[in-house]
Amino acid sequence: MDIKLREVEYRYAAGTPFERLAITDVSFHIPSGEYMAIIGHTGSGKSTVLQHLNVLLKPLKGEIDIGSRTIAAGRKEKDLKEVRRRVGIVFQFPEHQLFEETVEKDICFGPMNFGVKEEQAKQRARDAIRLVGLPESVLERSPFDLSGGQMRRVAIAGVLAMKPDVLVLDEPTAGLDPRGRLDMMEMFASLQKNNGLTCVLVTHSMEDAARYADKIVMMHKGRVYKTGTPREIFSDRDSLRAIGLDVPETIHFQHLFEEKLGFPLKRLCLTPEELAQEIRDLRGERR
Amino acid sequence: MMEKVILGRYLPADSIVHRMDPRAKLLFIFVFVLIVFLANNVATYALLGAFTLFIVFSSNVKLRFLIAGLKPVILLILFTFFLHVFFTKEGEVLTQVGFLSIYEGGVIKGIFISLRFFLLILVTSLLTLTTPPISVTDGIESLFGPLKKIKVPVHELALMMSISLRFIPTLLDETDKIMKAQMARGADFTSGSIADRVKAVIPLLIPLFVSAFKRAEELAVAMEARGYKGGQGRTKYRVLAWHVRDTMALLLLAVLAVVLFMLRS
Repeated sequence: MDIKLREVEYRYAAGTPFERLAITDVSFHIPSGEYMAIIGHTGSGKSTVLQHLNVLLKPLKGEIDIGSRTIAAGRKEKDLKEVRRRVGIVFQFPEHQLFEETVEKDICFGPMNFGVKEEQAKQRARDAIRLVGLPESVLERSPFDLSGGQMRRVAIAGVLAMKPDVLVLDEPTAGLDPRGRLDMMEMFASLQKNNGLTCVLVTHSMEDAARYADKIVMMHKGRVYKTGTPREIFSDRDSLRAIGLDVPETIHFQHLFEEKLGFPLKRLCLTPEELAQEIRDLRGERR
Repeated sequence: MMEKVILGRYLPADSIVHRMDPRAKLLFIFVFVLIVFLANNVATYALLGAFTLFIVFSSNVKLRFLIAGLKPVILLILFTFFLHVFFTKEGEVLTQVGFLSIYEGGVIKGIFISLRFFLLILVTSLLTLTTPPISVTDGIESLFGPLKKIKVPVHELALMMSISLRFIPTLLDETDKIMKAQMARGADFTSGSIADRVKAVIPLLIPLFVSAFKRAEELAVAMEARGYKGGQGRTKYRVLAWHVRDTMALLLLAVLAVVLFMLRS
C-alpha cells in the first residue's frame, strides 16, 4: 500500500500559548513493499510524522494518501478503522501497552477489534508468537510475568497479528540486548522481503538504516532535510554531521582504512560483510 | 485533547504577579476568597470585577486565553445561574415560562452568584498559571511551618503534594501515549454504548496503573540512593524572599476589603 505525504504540517496544542510547531512542509512517498528508514535527531519530528501514517494525528495543513484514502487538513475523518488495520504501528517501548491477563488475549486484542473471529484471532496469535521467536507456551502466561525483552516481543506480536500492509516501527529495538536486536531486525526484514510488507523504521541506529533500508528520509527541525538511498545519504558525511548525526561504524572504519591505504575502495560499504568482502577482493588483486 | 484545560497548569512568563512571593500569593488568594463574599450589590461587584481585571492585566496572561481555558467551568457557572433564576422567589415576577415563574430577585441573584463563582475561579487559576507548582508547595510548607511545633508532618505533606503535582503532566503524557497505542490496535474510546466505553477504558487504565506503580518505586529508590531522609535539617535550593511588592499587594487587598465593607448594603 502506497503512502504519500504532501506538505504536511502539524502543531501541538494549536491555538493556545503552549502551541509548538512539530513538523512543517513534510512531503515524501513510501511505495508499496519498500523498506524506508526515517532518521534524525531527538525532537526532529520523526514520531509526529509516524502518527500521521495511521491518522492518530490529523494534519493541520497538507494531505496524506494512505492507499486509496486521502486524509486532508480541516476535514472531519470518520471510520478510520480500516486505515488503522492496514497501517500497524509499533510504538517506542510497546511493552507499556500490554494489559490482558494472558499473552494470548493481549495479542488477540488488535485482530478482534478489527472484527476477526476469536478462533481465527487465536490462530493468528500462535503464528505471531512464533514469528517473534517465543515458544507457544508463553501464550498462557500473564504478560506481566515475562522479562522486559519478552514483553517487547509480545507487544510486537500484538501488532503483527493485525496483519497490517504497512508496518511502522518506532525504535523497536531500543533497550534490547544485541542478540535480541539482531533477531528482531532480521524478522522485520524477512517479513518485508517475503511477505511484501511495507516497512517504515524510525531509528537512531545508522547501522540498521544502512543495512535494511531501501530509502532514507532525514528529518531536521520538523522538516525533511534530505531523501535518498542509503548510499547517497551516507556518502555525504558533512550534511549528516550538520544535523547531529554521523555515518555508520562500518563507513567510519572504511574512511580510516582508506586514509591508511592512500586510495579509496571501489564502493561505499554499508555493512561489515560488504566491507570484509571488499577488503578481501583488494588482497586478491594485489597478490 | 487535554491541551486546552488550563486548571492547575503553569504558564512560564514574566510579570509582577509571576515575581511575587508564593506565600504572598497564597495569602492573597485566601483573603480574596473571603472578601468576595462581602460583595452584595452592583457597586461592590463592579469594584471586585475591576480589581480582578486589574490583576489579570498585571499578570500578563491574556484574558481571552483565560476564558477559553475556563470553558468546562463555565458550564457549571451557567448551571448555578439557572438554578437561581428558576428557584429564587423574590421581587416582581418578570415572565412566566410554563409552570415556572421567573422573579426579578432570582435573575439578580443568579448574576451575582455566578459572577462570584467566576471571579473566584479566575483568580485562583491565575495562581497556578503564574506560579511554578514547586513554588506553590514551597510556599505552603513555609506558611504551615509553625504547625511543625505540634508534630504535624508539614514537610512530608508538602513533599507529597509536589510529587503529585510533578507527575500530573507525566501521567497525562503517558495516558496520551497508551491511548494512541491502543487506538493503533483498533481500540475505540469515543463511540458505542456506555457499557462499551467503560470496557474500552480497561486497556488504558491497567497499563497506566502498572507504570504509575513502577514509577513510584523507582522514585523511592532514587530518593533513598541520594540520601533523602525527610525534612530534618534540610536546606532549600530556592529560598523564598519577601519583597516590598508582596507587602504592597496584601495592603492593596486590605484597602479593597475596607472599601467593599463600606460600599456593601
